[in-house]
Amino acid sequence: MEIICFIKQVPDNEAQVEVKGDGTGVNVEERYGLNFFDSLAVEEALRIKEKAGGKVTAITLGPERSVEVLRTAIAMGVDEAHLISDFSLQEGDEASTARVLAEAAKKIGYDLILCGREAFDDSSGAVGPMVAEFLGIPAVSVVTKVEVHPEERKAVVEREMEGGKEEIELPLPALLTAQKGLNEPRVPPVMGVMKAMKAEIKRWNLGDLGLDAQEVAPRGKTIRYVPPPKRPPVRYIKGEPQEMVKELVELLRDEAKVI
Amino acid sequence: MAGIWVFAEHKGGTFRKVVFELLGKAKELSGRVEGGIKALLLGGDEGTAEELAHYADEVYHLRSPFLDLYNCDAYREALLSLLEQERPSVLLAGATFQAKELFPMVAARLGVGIAVDAVALELQEGDRVMVRRPIYGGKALLEMVLEGTPQIVLVRPHTFPPASRRETPAPVVRKEVDIPPEKVRVKVKEVERAKEKVDLTEADVIVCGGRGLKGPENFSLLEELAQVLGGVVGATRAVVDAGWRPYEDQVGKSGKTVSPNLYFAVGLSGAIHHVMGMDTSKVVVAINKDPMAPIFQYADYGLVADLFEVVPLLKEELKKELGK
Repeated sequence: MEIICFIKQVPDNEAQVEVKGDGTGVNVEERYGLNFFDSLAVEEALRIKEKAGGKVTAITLGPERSVEVLRTAIAMGVDEAHLISDFSLQEGDEASTARVLAEAAKKIGYDLILCGREAFDDSSGAVGPMVAEFLGIPAVSVVTKVEVHPEERKAVVEREMEGGKEEIELPLPALLTAQKGLNEPRVPPVMGVMKAMKAEIKRWNLGDLGLDAQEVAPRGKTIRYVPPPKRPPVRYIKGEPQEMVKELVELLRDEAKVI
Repeated sequence: MAGIWVFAEHKGGTFRKVVFELLGKAKELSGRVEGGIKALLLGGDEGTAEELAHYADEVYHLRSPFLDLYNCDAYREALLSLLEQERPSVLLAGATFQAKELFPMVAARLGVGIAVDAVALELQEGDRVMVRRPIYGGKALLEMVLEGTPQIVLVRPHTFPPASRRETPAPVVRKEVDIPPEKVRVKVKEVERAKEKVDLTEADVIVCGGRGLKGPENFSLLEELAQVLGGVVGATRAVVDAGWRPYEDQVGKSGKTVSPNLYFAVGLSGAIHHVMGMDTSKVVVAINKDPMAPIFQYADYGLVADLFEVVPLLKEELKKELGK
């Protein structure tokens, strides 16, 4: 089994994010880590490899600092890591990213592609399904269980949608996006961390993938960034418990008008 | 402007609430443009289509044996076959798991732009819409316009008020779609239908509990409060990870993003990953005995109190108020 994981470096939940005064961008505090859902994808890839043999390759697209998440993946047990960086991808959207990742996957070769359900920073979750479409392979999102049958060239997965639980069978090669509940990602062992520090990271730019800036042009344009609307300061309701609830119910009825 | 289409997501003929919210928003936008509103129904029976016809200017009812149960391959091919003949200016769908799987594929195939999780939509010059969507878990918002036609926008449920039902139904156009079986690569089997319970993303009222509840058995307090208000119970990550509540109940960055009209945060501190999943709620009430809990910064009303004392009293008071 040749397994590819798409992973992304994202800011920590706690990182400060501030919209620039002129709305042209955001300042993000430099606290980064491996996207949570991607860590599930890496873990699942390693478990599949442990059973079926083969190789796990992690790919990320991003600035040079993204190398850190590739090292995290290597420390967890990934065999190979690739960083794709290119100046012309800075303005890219989901389709740009998906196009690039699809080309990289073609170059590397795959039976199965795993990635997280969405990235914590832009949360659109569109890249995975788009890559599948560009590659012409089937995809299932938000999976919570994966069984691979390499000899039959198929996978059987489970997932929970809004309407209930589904079991889906699909032929390989395929792409799956990982949902919470799929597994518990391992903590990288010390030996892994040591190995990761010395591991070679392969680097690509658009030209290496045979793409030009035109082919990865975004299909959307950012106009500006705005700070989130501020909630008015909290109104504390004081008094004895019985008085509190009475006042709260009155406020919910007369002021907030929600009951 | 060649009209606005709304994807009418349903399960066995029951529509997702967001469908009516999108139809309401489409109506507001269409007041300024030509082309009307079409509701797109895939699968479902005639009764389902008839019901939808009370909310749109026209219903396209796509039918094929492959469309009975949601299948992303079949749905995608059906949508593409229609979009090859006719392209609306805007295609709206709810930002649900189903649409978030399906529409990126459609957008990739058509080479058009897509925006996921929109919380505001405004018509600009010509037929372009300005989409506003949260990024970094709501710490910032992005305003963007999409290229290509249709502009595909997936909207966060509970963002817009629902459309009102019209007396006279609009025409239903039935289209039998021919889906090549070899294009349907995934085989879907439903193993368990969701309980009758309302999904968190669709609930008007959510009562969410944290570790302050002290144990799974105490969530009955919240269940009772939610019941009085016709709401549902949510839980924090800590509670879900402790196994007290199922993952489907989790509100937060690695769970569900919700925007109910009324949100009770009970016995939870308000860790940032939780706040990211609920800060577009309209009205937030926080109940926590720790006055320093960060959740109070994200609340409209704060009760610094023992939840075990206050929640039962609140339930009784609401019962009285609502005549139950």
